[in-house]
Amino acid sequence: MSVAQLEAREVQFEQGGGGLWADAWLRLRRNPGAIVGFVIIGCIIIIAIFAPLIAPYEPREQNLSLIKEGCCPGPTRDHLFGVDELGRDEFSRVVYGARYSLLIGVVSVTVGFLLGSILGAIAGFAGGATDSVIMRVTDIWLTIPGFLMAIGIVAMLGPGLFQIMIAIGIINVPLFARLLRGAVLAQRENDFVLAARAVGVPRRSILGSHILPNAISPVIVAATLALATAIIDAAGLGFLGLGPQDPSTPEWGTMLTNTVRFLQTAPHLAIIPGVAIVITAISINLIGDGLREALDPKLRSR
Amino acid sequence: MLRFVVRRLLLLIPILLGVSVLVFFWIRGLPGGPAAALLGERATAEDVAAIEHQYGLDQPIYVQYGKYVKQLATLNFGASSTSRQPVTTEFRQRFPATIELAFAAGLFALVVGIPLGFVAAKRYQGVVDHTSLVVSLIGISTPIFFLALILKYVFSVRLGWLPSVGRMSVLIDIPHPTNFYLLDAILARNWEAFVDVSKHLILPAIALGSIPLAIIARITRASVLDVQNEDYVRTAQAKGLAPRAIDVRHVLRNAMLPIATIIGLQVGLLLSGAVLTETVFAFPGIGSWLVDAIKARNYPVIQGGVLFVAIIVVFVNLLVDVSYGVLNPRIRLSK
Repeated sequence: MSVAQLEAREVQFEQGGGGLWADAWLRLRRNPGAIVGFVIIGCIIIIAIFAPLIAPYEPREQNLSLIKEGCCPGPTRDHLFGVDELGRDEFSRVVYGARYSLLIGVVSVTVGFLLGSILGAIAGFAGGATDSVIMRVTDIWLTIPGFLMAIGIVAMLGPGLFQIMIAIGIINVPLFARLLRGAVLAQRENDFVLAARAVGVPRRSILGSHILPNAISPVIVAATLALATAIIDAAGLGFLGLGPQDPSTPEWGTMLTNTVRFLQTAPHLAIIPGVAIVITAISINLIGDGLREALDPKLRSR
Repeated sequence: MLRFVVRRLLLLIPILLGVSVLVFFWIRGLPGGPAAALLGERATAEDVAAIEHQYGLDQPIYVQYGKYVKQLATLNFGASSTSRQPVTTEFRQRFPATIELAFAAGLFALVVGIPLGFVAAKRYQGVVDHTSLVVSLIGISTPIFFLALILKYVFSVRLGWLPSVGRMSVLIDIPHPTNFYLLDAILARNWEAFVDVSKHLILPAIALGSIPLAIIARITRASVLDVQNEDYVRTAQAKGLAPRAIDVRHVLRNAMLPIATIIGLQVGLLLSGAVLTETVFAFPGIGSWLVDAIKARNYPVIQGGVLFVAIIVVFVNLLVDVSYGVLNPRIRLSK
């Protein structure tokens, strides 16, 4: 693409003129990847909400008479994705599993986002010793690899769905703290902040109504991408057996735990929940990339 | 340069002290304790008290921490509460396995990722470019353990080309002076063992390297696209430098800066991913060691192991910072 073409495209983008969010929305709608992402994640959300209507069987309903020699018959007409080692319908379990994965992802990212944003905003706005202390703590936080730390936190709290959410939320805190601090620092020196301070706007409302709205867009992009990572990490914890304490819970990661043993006879048990995780993560990543391109003016031409 | 390195090495001390405090107090928050884990559910209160006394767990927590730091200063990390071996001995067996694995995974990610990203940028909007975007999207969206399972199913179970568990087949016996099995095989001049160890490494390395590969390819592509339009590249083209020389001396060299940063960040990811990869492939490294230790409330191993991991992460980040100076003389390191 020539420079002239690129500039023409840029001009075309600039014509939006409806403020940051309206412009971003316009650009997002023109991004084919993001559209695909929205459609897929929309379908997954619908599946999660209407799981009882879509699933032909109860996710915990066992039918041991289906288990023949070896293990686990593959896909048949009655059981679209086959059955697992306890004769439970794999399709129904995957459908119900969407609920757990989405819930874990959203709750854990929200936890990390809230805690991290508060810490980061305080550090960036207060500066000085407060800033130094908060940043040194996140330095230490980041030297322990995230997933190891999540395992450690779950070990402390005990295995379970809620504990997974907390653990993954906590490992996301330093990421958001640093991002928001950086963004706040960049915005703090802006003229409109100086103007607000000059006319005597209180510190708290400067932070709330002048700095945060301008600093939030990189954080939103990071939150979207962190959602995909959170779902993958949660599945990893489930896979290690740190997930829901009731092992019959149809959480995707937990469903993969026992499949190592049946890899030879029933590979569909490993493939189906895994593909579900991959599709979910891909769609969220597509949206995240689209948002990044839409919100970051520097990336527009790409 | 030297002053910078020394300063950064000194900065290690407060960070590591911080990690040790964090880990020390966190572990004591774990439910149950080594006594309960050792003795099982039928332990009487007296038995538990005896074990706790033996390990000094009945003393006030600041006294315990003080003793622990005093031990650390003499590089004594204590003994594992399950195997009773010194933590450093177990670490010497486990650490090389994970490093070998992480190194192979990193090599795979770099050797495939950088050329892929580079060609994608050169053929911007072409077939390779679109392929690289799809590959990296799938790469970052696939859980390591799922990829590991699939690789294991296809290449070990179905095709039978590669072994599925462990570091080396049990039929081969070589001395292990370094515990880096590849190195051991070379030292023993046992090429059969070398090939066998390499075969055991391939699948875990691909599984572990997939996410770094995707990220490195992405960053390389974006970075090369940026650099390509710089004035100095245009100048080099204008003065008639061969395209290959421009690519190597100007584009790639300048594009390496963000790539180096990202490689530094991948180390933590590799060590995290090692836990899952080692689980699927029954690979006796640090990841599986730490997970077992957490399950058994093995305090000394958790404390020592996490400290070792933190040292590795901090040290690699130092290397990355130093490499900035080598790659980019504009950055002054002595600030």
